[in-house]
Amino acid sequence: MRSQRGPMPIWFWALAFLAGVLLFNLIFTPGFFHVEVREGRFFGSLVDILNRGAPVALLSLGMTLVIATGGIDLSVGAVMAIGGTVAACLIAHPPDSPIGGLDLHGSTPMIICAALFAALLCGLLNGLLVSFLELQPIIATLLLMVAGRGIAQLLADGKIVTFQAKGFERIATGTTTMLPNPIWIAFVCFALFGLVTRRTSLGLFIEATGSNPIAARVAGVNARGIKITVYALCAVMSGLAGIIGAADIQAADANNAGLYFELDAILAVSVGGTSLMGGRYSLIGSIVGAYLMQTLTTTILTRGVSPEVTLVLKAVVVVAVCLLQATSFRQLFAKKVPA
Amino acid sequence: MSREALKEKLPVTITAIVTVLMFVLCGLHFDRFMTLRVFMNLFSDSAFLGVVAVGMTFVILTGGIDLSVGSMVGCTSIMAAWLMQNTHLHTLVAMSIPLLFGLAIGAIQGFLVARFSLPPFLITLAGLFFCRGLALRISQESLQIDRPTFNDLASFSIQLPGKASLPTASIVLLVVVALGMLIARQTRFGRNVYAIGGSASSATLMGLPVRRTLILVYMLSGFCSALGGAVFTLYTSSGNAISGTGLELDAIAAVVIGGTLLSGGYGSVFGSLLGILILGIIQTAITFQGTLSSWWTRIVIGVLLLTFMVAQKLIERAAKRSGS
Repeated sequence: MRSQRGPMPIWFWALAFLAGVLLFNLIFTPGFFHVEVREGRFFGSLVDILNRGAPVALLSLGMTLVIATGGIDLSVGAVMAIGGTVAACLIAHPPDSPIGGLDLHGSTPMIICAALFAALLCGLLNGLLVSFLELQPIIATLLLMVAGRGIAQLLADGKIVTFQAKGFERIATGTTTMLPNPIWIAFVCFALFGLVTRRTSLGLFIEATGSNPIAARVAGVNARGIKITVYALCAVMSGLAGIIGAADIQAADANNAGLYFELDAILAVSVGGTSLMGGRYSLIGSIVGAYLMQTLTTTILTRGVSPEVTLVLKAVVVVAVCLLQATSFRQLFAKKVPA
Repeated sequence: MSREALKEKLPVTITAIVTVLMFVLCGLHFDRFMTLRVFMNLFSDSAFLGVVAVGMTFVILTGGIDLSVGSMVGCTSIMAAWLMQNTHLHTLVAMSIPLLFGLAIGAIQGFLVARFSLPPFLITLAGLFFCRGLALRISQESLQIDRPTFNDLASFSIQLPGKASLPTASIVLLVVVALGMLIARQTRFGRNVYAIGGSASSATLMGLPVRRTLILVYMLSGFCSALGGAVFTLYTSSGNAISGTGLELDAIAAVVIGGTLLSGGYGSVFGSLLGILILGIIQTAITFQGTLSSWWTRIVIGVLLLTFMVAQKLIERAAKRSGS
């Protein structure tokens, strides 16, 4: 592993930006930090940011590991659409859907498992293409990104599937100990990812695969197995995000669910300090990155600036953070060039 | 032809065979498919995509990628429409300003990629956000264009036998493809592009102007996507900020199907034209079929992409095994 110059963690700039945006709100947006208890739960802009940012945070967790192996997953948005659509079809049983006939008796855990399983299959396909066929990750996953929404539309017969299911909706709209459920889901997944990658050797193997695949193989790391695992994990996280998205609006829209989320997730990861070239990664950084993006969006919405400015601002933030990281890690980039 | 040259031509030859085969199969299956009119419509319907794909080919040849092309199409189309509605600029001037904008954005992206070795994926992603945001800022509604010069330009076409025609859009596409092939094969710039894609560090050691070439490549792509936006504006006679959404994927798909390797250094502009034609044939066939739903287009494109990528991989492995 590369040694770090100075004590600055790789997610420093993301956190600095986040602090800057929060400071801006503290001074210029009255009531931004106001949190109150209503109907037995917390309300306020901060809670809203944590809640709204949960799907991208989930995606960025999986994406971090994929990027750490030197890969990328463009299909997360499409897999979200598939996950949400499978869940919606199993609840609502639309007449012309190929999977509408499958009856799980409305059992919420079973429906969630089925949707996650569908997402897992997508992840395994990505993983197989990348590891065994040795396709470049960007094209291997481009495939599902293009075809995935087609598959989701096929499953929903091209319609927006709406449903009513109290138990399922609670995933997104319910609260547990004063906080909305998506926040808890994101937190639990973050903790699990952290534990599994840092308390077992999985994290080390992932970094090894990403920083030098040949050396990793010589050292006995099963790079193929590692790659399949990370793509599978990433897809399951996307499926989960898709389920939250569908439960939130009580509908699955194969065309628009998770649209551009792959870009947001990749953005969150790279803003969080993980290099797109693979190797060293930071789950904390990705979470900070995801919530930085959400904080920007919410700030713009609460200040009444037109929402399209968010896009321009995102562009500026990406370039700024990229540049900051590039200059401080210039030597790192110089080493990358093969002699 | 030497063995080397044969090997180099293999992917694009396969693509060409597939293109002809698909057209003939569709022609046998559907009445009135195999006509000059349907064939020429392939060019006019995907003209804007084709123009964008030519620029994308150069970027991918250097081993980079340009995600900003789709929103650039939207941005330049709304910009041209806005200029024509709200100013008294001459039509041609109003259509040229967005082209300059494309060049400028391309130059900025190229500079960031070349000077700071930033990943093209992220920088052009920022370009995507920037252009789409700017486009929506100009106008969220679709703007109709009604100007005599513009209408003349939009409705101009060369009549061909069999009710077929070659409208302005197709002419632009053919000219851009011809120029692209010429630049890629016959100029020093083109050779540098292939050299950088093959190995950027070798290109640097050979004393090739790597930075300048990279900046020019992104400028070329920016210009092509702005031109694609102009063609799109002509095609729809209006500007819309959200047009071109997801276009970057279609362009990348066309380039990959055309036999260009995403790792760079290998491929051709002509292949991308074939890729565009294949995507067009799939779409036309699904329209002809009538009962197939539109989402099959995406699934078929996906399956086709997979087939091509696997085929490319197998060719690559075979080439490695034969030891050259």
